[in-house]
Amino acid sequence: MNWITNYVRPRINSIFSRREMPENLWTKCDECGTMLFHRELSDALNVCTGCGHHMGITPRARFEALFDGGVFAEVSVPKPIDDPLKFRDQKKYPERLRAAQKSTGETEAMLVAEGEIGRTPIVAAAQDFSFMGGSMGMYVGNAIVAACERAVALKRPLILFSAAGGARMQEGILSLMQMPRSTVAVQMLKEAGLPYIVVLTHPTTGGVTASYAMLGDIQIAEPNALICFAGPRVIEQTIREKLPEGFQRAEYLLDHGMLDRVTPRAQLRDELIAITRMLMGLPPAVAGDLPAPDSPEKAPAEKAAVQP
Amino acid sequence: MTTYLDFEKPLAEIEGKAEELRALARRNAEMDVEAEAAALDRKAADMLRDLYKDLSPWRKCQVARHPDRPHCRDYIRALFTEYTPLAGDRNFADDHAVMGGLARFRDKAVMVIGHEKGHDTKTRIERNFGMARPEGYRKAVRLMEMADRFGLPVVTLVDTPGAYPGKGAEERGQSEAIARSTEACLTIGVPLVSVIIGEGGSGGAVAFATADRLAMLEHSVYSVISPEGCASILWKDAEKMREAAEALRLTAQDLLKLGVCDRVIPEPMGGAQRDPTATVAAVGDAIAAMLGEIGTPGRAALIKARRRKYLDMGSKGLAA
Repeated sequence: MNWITNYVRPRINSIFSRREMPENLWTKCDECGTMLFHRELSDALNVCTGCGHHMGITPRARFEALFDGGVFAEVSVPKPIDDPLKFRDQKKYPERLRAAQKSTGETEAMLVAEGEIGRTPIVAAAQDFSFMGGSMGMYVGNAIVAACERAVALKRPLILFSAAGGARMQEGILSLMQMPRSTVAVQMLKEAGLPYIVVLTHPTTGGVTASYAMLGDIQIAEPNALICFAGPRVIEQTIREKLPEGFQRAEYLLDHGMLDRVTPRAQLRDELIAITRMLMGLPPAVAGDLPAPDSPEKAPAEKAAVQP
Repeated sequence: MTTYLDFEKPLAEIEGKAEELRALARRNAEMDVEAEAAALDRKAADMLRDLYKDLSPWRKCQVARHPDRPHCRDYIRALFTEYTPLAGDRNFADDHAVMGGLARFRDKAVMVIGHEKGHDTKTRIERNFGMARPEGYRKAVRLMEMADRFGLPVVTLVDTPGAYPGKGAEERGQSEAIARSTEACLTIGVPLVSVIIGEGGSGGAVAFATADRLAMLEHSVYSVISPEGCASILWKDAEKMREAAEALRLTAQDLLKLGVCDRVIPEPMGGAQRDPTATVAAVGDAIAAMLGEIGTPGRAALIKARRRKYLDMGSKGLAA
């Protein structure tokens, strides 16, 4: 095409590949086409520096940026039985699972962690869209139950980042049953009087939206995230008309009263700290890197954090 | 007029012939066709038994969607007395895809809620083919909460292709409405029994079917996605619905093994549409039996057991 793609980039790639650098040093923004250098992109939490488009981010990268000093302890999630339906489409389900595990380096589509944000102890769960579309199967259900149980045990708020195409078809009805199952988990949290904050990220659709992702005390979305039950293509086929601009996007939902806030990723952490501290009856967070004043809630929280 | 499904074509021929013979005999008094017609009847009955002996999952989906199956309205008419429909979500509209209200079931006051698909073109459109909008789920939540306040058991009848995928439905928070309805199912302190009488389509069904006891009619289905939808996503070909129906394990028999449903209600030979009266009666007995099983354990125990049921779900696969 031109000398940059034909000559310079292969050269750069060959130089870096020898040093075992990440394969894709450059990422093209799907929205504006800007080429973004990987370090620049990860510093901006996978938000395009050109147009502000929010790209996907793995739970691990998100937690590293969210928790104080990037320190968090993973909450263990009970492993469900393998392939309960012996599901097979063009590929066997276990093969698809293994491929997803290999490409993401993760066990499954949700990561649960505990730690502190702005010295506020929390439990957090994040869904991984890069793992089979973040789909909700029994593992994700187990992860939500584990997250809620841990939050109740430690008396901490739960912050959940959703991202999913919906339920995992390969687990059939058992994936659908994660809707009531996750709802029970959220109820445990609410009955314990603990805040449940949902951050809806692109995309959150189907059975996920129609269960735990819409039951938060506070519902925040990242800009331009697609949030829906039925996807826009299905709706267009059903009603046979063009959908309005921005339909089912975060800002549209905000306008229709379905969300509390739309918050850019860069400001999300501060906002989550402020909200959780207010809901938990804690004094305002200390800005900057100053050591936190000795507060009564600090000691037990730190002790709790080292538990397995 | 009997409506035949594609796999019932040979049956349609034989039954049609028998019918023709009898019509002929009615016009010509001297003709005696009864022996011949009876032979055809026997042949048809054998064929029907053969066809329905071991229905494939896809055929079960077709039977579950059969237009002549008894629908929610028929069950309410036959099984409940003093049915008093209650309308509206007090917010936006009344959704005709969801019926509900106070009624007596075998003399005991209950709240009955269900999807209604309609029985002819006009009523199908009016009922939106049983596809509820957010208002339908919000009406259900309102009725469930009312039942809870007055100590009335809740009976839900599930028969929906799924929640309606429309522009307004999405704008008014379809997903939130479904989530709240499922939540209400798990919060109320009164017995909640549910029967899937036809199609249990995805989230639209979960919103009503999350119950202390769930029964399914023999040829009803309950699935995370329609076989056609699953086929078009995983096989990239909507025509592979037979394979998808097989893989999804959506039949009442499989769901009983998986512990998702608690009992299977046998249907008359050839499906519910061949003998609606018997089907409706069998469903009535199942509802009574399930309410009896639950008994009156008290609010807290009831809610706890229901939640436990759903937390434990899926801990064993089909093998167990």
